[in-house]
Amino acid sequence: MQATRDFSHYVRDLGSGLSHIDLAVEGVSCAGCMSKIERGLSAIPDVTLARVNLTDRRVALEWKRGELDPAGFIDRLAELGYKAYPFERVRAETVEADNSRFLLRCLGIAAFATMNVMMLSIPVWTGSAGDMMPEQRDFFHWLSALIALPAAAYAGQPFFRSAFRALRTGNVNMDVPISIGVTLALVMSVAETLRHAEHTYFDAAIMLLTFLLVGRYLDQSMRLKTRAVAGNLAALKAETATRLTGAGEISEVPVAAIRPGDIVLLRPGERCAVDGTVIEGRSEIDQSLITGETLYAAAEQGTAVYAGSLNVSGTLRVRVSAASEGTLLAEITRLLDNAVQARSRYVRLADRASRLYAPVVHATALLTMLGWVLVGASWHDAIVTGIAVLIITCPCALGLAIPTVQTVASGAMFRAGVLLNSGDAIERLAEVDHVIFDKTGTLTLPELDVVNSGSVPADVLELAGRLALASHHPVAAAVARASNAKSPLAGIVEQPGQGVRGFVDGVEVRLGRPSFCDADGLAMEILSLDPEVSAVAFRRGGMCYVFAVRQRVRPDARAVISALQARGIAVEIVSGDREPAVLAAAGALGIHEWRAGMTPADKIARIEDLKGQGFKVMMVGDGLNDAPALAAAHVAMSPISAAHLSQATADLVFLGKPLAPVIAAIDFSRKALHLMRQNLWLAIGYNLLAVPIAISGVVTPLIAAAAMSGSSLLVMLNALRARRVAQGRP
Amino acid sequence: MEVMVILVPLALGLGLVGLLGFLWSLKSGQYDDLEGAGWRAIADDEPAREDRAP
Repeated sequence: MQATRDFSHYVRDLGSGLSHIDLAVEGVSCAGCMSKIERGLSAIPDVTLARVNLTDRRVALEWKRGELDPAGFIDRLAELGYKAYPFERVRAETVEADNSRFLLRCLGIAAFATMNVMMLSIPVWTGSAGDMMPEQRDFFHWLSALIALPAAAYAGQPFFRSAFRALRTGNVNMDVPISIGVTLALVMSVAETLRHAEHTYFDAAIMLLTFLLVGRYLDQSMRLKTRAVAGNLAALKAETATRLTGAGEISEVPVAAIRPGDIVLLRPGERCAVDGTVIEGRSEIDQSLITGETLYAAAEQGTAVYAGSLNVSGTLRVRVSAASEGTLLAEITRLLDNAVQARSRYVRLADRASRLYAPVVHATALLTMLGWVLVGASWHDAIVTGIAVLIITCPCALGLAIPTVQTVASGAMFRAGVLLNSGDAIERLAEVDHVIFDKTGTLTLPELDVVNSGSVPADVLELAGRLALASHHPVAAAVARASNAKSPLAGIVEQPGQGVRGFVDGVEVRLGRPSFCDADGLAMEILSLDPEVSAVAFRRGGMCYVFAVRQRVRPDARAVISALQARGIAVEIVSGDREPAVLAAAGALGIHEWRAGMTPADKIARIEDLKGQGFKVMMVGDGLNDAPALAAAHVAMSPISAAHLSQATADLVFLGKPLAPVIAAIDFSRKALHLMRQNLWLAIGYNLLAVPIAISGVVTPLIAAAAMSGSSLLVMLNALRARRVAQGRP
Repeated sequence: MEVMVILVPLALGLGLVGLLGFLWSLKSGQYDDLEGAGWRAIADDEPAREDRAP
């Protein structure tokens, strides 16, 4: 029974007979892929547009409405060698994309204005000393005002708005001194122009906005990129369910299109995407993603199943329940809400710096003004000098100090296989001194593995693998993977809950439970050596073999654990699994601190306990039962195979089989935090040099412009160092 | 100095043309895929046939 795939949920009608769909594509990495995909899809008749976005790893497709089925595009991409999934942009990402575009428009306008005002300013700087007539100078000043005022009014919006928001709630952020500085500089410059004075600061004000917008734009594009990654992850998770429609027909629909009361079919090897109750069928389900428990649970009529459970043996029909009423999931959601609130109280480095910065700068400007009045200067001169102090201290380099480092570091992490899910994760990750690992799916690989394939003859393994291809059972899938078998055997019968059997050259072959293959004795032998394994037996005529299948520890887990310990970071395992399983893993990895049988609430309690002792805890986990703990930790990380909710809660997501990205992420973030601090000190050092000059009242617009661009360049160049970390050193 | 009557509007006009060009390119989505755009420039030939419908 082949299900039809129904993608109508994702298709957008563009009018004039055209339809549009967005697909997230895995494995697009270069120009070659781009042209291959575009050519391959454009060759389909009626396709009017196929365009790859290499930054977001997505394809936009438009076609004339009619015969074409969107599912055909996915098949075509599969033929070309790419896995694709229909994709729906979430609202948050659309907002970020609009924001990013707005910032770029502001940046374009500010850059245009800066260049033109500079073109007018340079003749004034050079000409003032010599032959420029005062009327000419006034004319240039008026022209500058004409360009700078509207440009600043438009391009300054991001800063003015944010400053206004902060002030209204009684806070001060970096945008407050920026807005005050820019506005005062412009007002003073207009006043000076009216007085036919020699110095105006239109150029400095608008240049300041340009540099700050560069920082803002970098920050925003990093955030947009993390959003896009998160959006693709959600799509690649292939949230589909098989819905029964009427008389035995089934169709594969996105989970978003499933309504409570619908009946979905859950075949062996499929992961349940909804919450519901079993109404028909009998099977075993693997709830390790939800509870961490690796033993299978029995499911029959009336059993509640939760999204994330894996159906192991028989086919189930499940009636979808209304919003998650399951006590377990509801409990997890409640714990999650509390924990997320706690984390949002973290104050970013930039905000901490600006809380100190704004009052100091404004006090200095005020004291300068009063000081000059006290020593007998005119009010006009005193005010001009005070404003000059504000302009020179405007946090140009400070605004760039952190976003540039974050952008460079997140790029470096991306190459190391770590995706950022939240912008301030780098700062929090750098402070970590205690790492808690979940066991199942985190320290171990999410898929099962045959551990004794070496002791079975190669031809037997191959035959067993070909037989295993006929089954969806996860244990059979492990045997198939271990044998690299590609071609399934013909005429295989699956006996639900038992195994598969068939005939090869007239001899019966069986793969399944030891009792199904009369191999109980052999299986007991293997189980007595390692109680953690699942035994799967293979019989060919009179010969019998038993494969030991279990979750294997990630290949480099031991090395990563000792590398963490070498960096002075304490490591511990907190798992929902049974004690013997956790003890074995802890022993194999050299971890002394472990806890087994932990519920989600226990995990949070452990983290709170460590927090109370002053530790900065990182949680690495993948299960639904880890989600609240992930949110409660100072910073959290998930493998790409993690449950949805956990991945959404984690600050970082790592790809691939090795655990090495965990250590890479820590190294990069430590280096990044170091550079952020260094950059802040550079910016402050510049101020310490420039402020006395400003206070003494000898700052000209030329000095202000040179100092500002110099310090900004210095900070940006320093940020580039975040690309590399020294190998093998903490 | 009468030359300024021509030069200043000319300079500003050229700058404005550049700005309008930038805003147009931004609006038409040319900054949506910065990574891909770099590769498209050095691709051997037009990667995709695009006969946009009216």
